[in-house]
Amino acid sequence: MASSAAVPFWRAAGMTYITYSNICANLVRKCLKEPFKAESINREKVHFSLSKWADGKPQKPVLRSDAPEV
Amino acid sequence: MLRQASLRLISRSVAAGSSKSATTRALSTEVPSTTIDSTFVESWKKVAPNMDPPQTPSAYMKPRPTTASSIPTKLTVNFVLPYASELSGKEVDMVIIPATTGQMGVLPGHVPTIAELKPGIMSVHEGTDIKKYFVSSGFAFLHANSVADIIAVEAVPLENIDASQVQKGLAEFTQKLAAASTDLEKAEAQIGVEVHSAMNAALSG
Repeated sequence: MASSAAVPFWRAAGMTYITYSNICANLVRKCLKEPFKAESINREKVHFSLSKWADGKPQKPVLRSDAPEV
Repeated sequence: MLRQASLRLISRSVAAGSSKSATTRALSTEVPSTTIDSTFVESWKKVAPNMDPPQTPSAYMKPRPTTASSIPTKLTVNFVLPYASELSGKEVDMVIIPATTGQMGVLPGHVPTIAELKPGIMSVHEGTDIKKYFVSSGFAFLHANSVADIIAVEAVPLENIDASQVQKGLAEFTQKLAAASTDLEKAEAQIGVEVHSAMNAALSG
């Protein structure tokens, strides 16, 4: 059976809705006037540390910060 | 139903400190059910007459808002963003939302709908007042009781958009679309073109 619904182009390219939505939001934020642009970039900053575990011990952590885009 | 569940959860967390018994959880037979599927219950009893039929998720759900007998005069709008509640329980006459199927006008008494939003203008009409926002994407849930829940990731008043940056972005992404090779690059460029064209149209329209 063929697919029932026509998928959006981003879904066909392998993108999820969340990725699509975040890209749209980032593009809108980039086109704002100051000071709104600075406020929104500031608001969307993320800071997290991710470490993979092997043999029950955490490996070297990956630090992600101040990067609003994925 | 939900109140009982939360009360039991609170009492369980309090009791768990003192006693380790697993019997503090409410049995499924004690929680009242509002909707019972009679055909399922009958076929269950034929197969397993000695066991109580299990509850289904709909039995634990609050009933969906019902359609009022007379169409209400106002639409209640909840417009929320991840970082702020833009409109909360505001009574308006109409909202026009940028659904993927086109601009959708929502009046009180609208048929229950779930609409995915595309980048575009959302306008809230209250008397002669019209407030416009540019919405990046999101969803709109229209309930039977004339309550509209609109959620967006980013929504800005039109005055906050910089027209020159929109033009620059549009040119940049049109070029990227022409030069794109992989499917993903094409999709990203296409999204860029769509969002910037929508912003362009919003500013000029």
